[in-house]
This record gives sequence, C-alpha cells and structure tokens, in this order.
Amino acid sequence: MASTFEVQNISFSYEAIPAIRGLTLHVGEGDRVALLGANGSGKSTLLRILDALYFPSAGTVTFKGEALTEKHLQQEEFALNFRRRVALVFPNPDVQLFNPTVFDEVAYGPLQMQWSKEDVIRRVEETIEFMSISHLKDRPPYRLSGGEKKRVALASVLVLDPEVLLLDEPTATLDPKSQSQVVDLIQQWKGTARTVITATHQLEIVEDIADRVFVLEAGAVIAEGTPSEILSNTDLLLRANLIHAHRHSHGGVVHSHPHLHGHSRHEHEH
Amino acid sequence: MSRHSFLESTIQGFTRAVSKALQADHAASQPGLLQRLDPRVRVIGILTLVVSVVICRRLAAIAAILLVAIAIAVAARVSLASLAKRVWLVVLGFTAVIALPALFITPGEPLFTAPVLHLSISVQGVRTAVLLVLRVETAATLTTVLVLSTAWTHILKALRSLHLPAEVVTMLAMTHRYVFLLIETANQMFESRKSRTVGVLSGSGRRKTTARTAGVLLSKSIELSQEVYLAMLSRGFRGEVRLLTDFRLKPRDYVGLTAFLFTGCLAVWMGR
Repeated sequence: MASTFEVQNISFSYEAIPAIRGLTLHVGEGDRVALLGANGSGKSTLLRILDALYFPSAGTVTFKGEALTEKHLQQEEFALNFRRRVALVFPNPDVQLFNPTVFDEVAYGPLQMQWSKEDVIRRVEETIEFMSISHLKDRPPYRLSGGEKKRVALASVLVLDPEVLLLDEPTATLDPKSQSQVVDLIQQWKGTARTVITATHQLEIVEDIADRVFVLEAGAVIAEGTPSEILSNTDLLLRANLIHAHRHSHGGVVHSHPHLHGHSRHEHEH
Repeated sequence: MSRHSFLESTIQGFTRAVSKALQADHAASQPGLLQRLDPRVRVIGILTLVVSVVICRRLAAIAAILLVAIAIAVAARVSLASLAKRVWLVVLGFTAVIALPALFITPGEPLFTAPVLHLSISVQGVRTAVLLVLRVETAATLTTVLVLSTAWTHILKALRSLHLPAEVVTMLAMTHRYVFLLIETANQMFESRKSRTVGVLSGSGRRKTTARTAGVLLSKSIELSQEVYLAMLSRGFRGEVRLLTDFRLKPRDYVGLTAFLFTGCLAVWMGR
C-alpha cells in the first residue's frame, strides 16, 4: 500500500520537557488509524508534527515521499498544496473558530488556497449542506453549542476535501448524540482513499473509527495492532493507563479488577 | 458593588465589552452612508481626521472635527447613546485624571484660587486640560465609528492593501481573535477560585490571589495565542488577509475620499 506518512525515529521536546522520544510509525493511503494513549502520552504532539505545525528535533517525517521540514513549508507552493491535502481538527474548537460567521469560517481555508470566488462559495454551500449546518451559516461560531462548534470545525477542514484527516480528540466533551454523529462521519470514510488518523483515549469508539491502532506511552509507540488485538490486551491497556483497577467490595470482601469506562455494563466472576 | 466582587465584576464587564465588540460586525452590515464607501477610503479618511485632530492647536477646530465625527456616526447609523456610554463617558473618566494636574501646574493668568490650599487654576491650565480631553474624545469617537461601521476583516484587508506589513496585520488579527477566549478563561479562573474559597479573604489575601491569577493568565494567554495561530496556519494562513469581498473603488469613493481629505486639511488650517 502506498505510504502517506513515514515517521522515522523522531523526537520532540517542549523546551526541556520531552514529548516524543524515538517514535517510528508508518501510515498507508486510506488507513484508518487510532492513536491511543493517556493524557500526556504524546498523541496531540504527534498529530501536530504530522500536520507540519511542529518539526521534530531529531528523526524524519515524510508525506507521500516528501520530507516535512521547516524549509519545505516556507515554500508557498509546497505549503499550500500540503495544507489542502492534510487537515487537522483541534481538540478545542474555540481556537479553530475565529471568523465572524459560520459561512466565513468554512470559507477561510478555500480563500487561503486562492480558489476562485465562485468555487469558494459553491464548495462552502455544499459542505455546510453535507454537515447539516446550513441553518447556522449566518451565526457567529463562538455562540454555538459544543456539538455545533465541533461540526463547524469539521466542516471548516472538510471543505478542502483533504486526503488526510488528523482528528485530535474529536468526541471529547461532546454529548452522546453529537459523539455518535462524529463517529458515523468517520465510518462513512471507510473504504475510501481518505486517510484518517484519530487521537483519542475513548476506547469505546476505537473499533468504529479505526482498522489499526498505535498505543502511545511517554512519547513512544509501545504497541501496534488491530482494534480487537489491542482492546483484548488488558495488561497493555493497564500499562498505558487506558483502564484502571477498579476496587470494590462484595459482602465485606474487597477485590479489584480492570475496569473499562464507556462500556455501560460489565460482568466478572466472584 | 462590594470590594469582594470587584475583580469578578471587572472581568465580567470586560467579557460583555468584548462580546459587544465582536458583535460590531453586525453593525457594520447596516446600510449606512459610511458603510457604502470602500473600506480603504474609510480607513484613510478616518485616519486623516485623527491626524488632523492631533495637529490642531485650536479648540474651535477640534470641536468642529468632533461635530463632523458625530455627523459621520449618525450617517453610519451608529447609536449616539451607545457612543456616549461606551466612548465619551469612559474617555472622559480616563483623560480627566491625566488632565487634572494641568489645571494647577500650567503657569498663567489665575482664574480661581482655593482659599485654604492656595492652589491656583490658570486660564491656560483650563485651556490645556480641555484641549487634551477634547482631542482624545474626538480621536476615540472617530476610531470607534470606523470600527463599528466596518467589519474587522475588512479593516485588516484595507490596512494590508495600504501596505501595512503582514506581520503587523497578523498581530492585529490574532489579538482580535483570541481576546474573547482569554477573557472567558479569566472569567472561568475567577469562578473556579470563588467556588473553592470559604469565607471572605483579607485584603492581602485578595491581592496575592489576584497576582497569582494574573501570572497564570499571562502564561495561558501565550499558550492560547499559539494555539489560535497554529489553527490558522493549519488552514493555509500565510500572513495575507483573503476575503470573499473584492475592494473596488467607485465614483462615490473618490467623492468620499476628497471630502475626508478636504475636511482634514481645512481643520489643520483653521487650527494652526
């Protein structure tokens, strides 16, 4: 399968604090990948490196065979081409929504790409219709609910029809209905050429949004596999702080067992 | 207002003010006379009048520009009541504090002498203080009318087309985009602190908490501005302001620009 991202032994630090340490991974065209890890495991930093917002202090990252370096991104043609093909949805939609109206917000990306005015308007109309947010198009984004903001944030990147979508905690802080809408959207892309990389720590959505999973801990990949392989490996999930030992008592006897949040019901022997 | 709630009230006041400022884009879409002019003409015209206010040395000339500014506000359908509340009273409060010492320290013909303190107010002192207040009021009125009658993105594009460096325009764009988030964060921090505070803090306790909060807020503001900038970069921003609206000069724009320049020059000549 053709390669989308090749990440070779990269490291990155926030001043003196290391966030990524010697991380290597390969993402192919059309892959649906989940990056699983607890808070601080390096998922968000990795997504920003893949979106060429941060550049690793060591190691290399290539996109479709081309190196993602600061020098390359300074070249207008390369930068605009890359930004059109790769899109990142930030975990906090508030930082991503900064235009006066939803319509302007969705039009922001195409305008930066210097598309013709007619193409921008047509594409924005199509996208807001597809995302079912036509009724919001004249409203200021900062006045919307959390779920609506997320949909607008998604629309603002989907309008460019990117080949790669990087989603950072796309369902965090959303109500169950909004969560399922986002998951449904990611499921629609299954079998298409679009590559989707989702960073999350919500185990209950992993099987729906990914075919491959990378588990991150302390800035490095500690495991890779299919969702069922990863989710059935209790020791791994415990090590990565994705589940925890749940202590409770039955008739005065205290015991503990691994506990997966998000699954509404679980059973175990006593 | 109690002393205990002063800071929270101030932050909430800022939130309301910024929220209103962000709604200014709605006012900009009103069908006013000023709104019919090209944004570049509005920016150049208003800046010309502001510069002429700064150059003018006669009260009558500055007062005349203030009247012109009020006429422009009416033509732009900007509410005078809102101007009075948001600009005139606030500016008067701030500049009066700065202008007050000028009443006493400016040498000249005594107008009034306080019987016990032996402080004299001179005619020249009154003139200097009134000149300062009037200048600031007029400049603030003009810029507020510009901001209320023009979408912020149009002002940025106009400044860029007038060859203001892309870095400066980016800075202005960033400030506008994240100031609301920052104020909201400050509000949440004060609410969170309030929910964890039992009883009433002493004066020094309040000062310490405020200083700590201000420090954390500063760090957060840097982080937040970086996040907003990254989000802009991620969607292809490269320092240029690009909008769906094209700026094209029409005959009425030339008439408007001439009127602005003529008024500015006339005021400077009258006020020399």
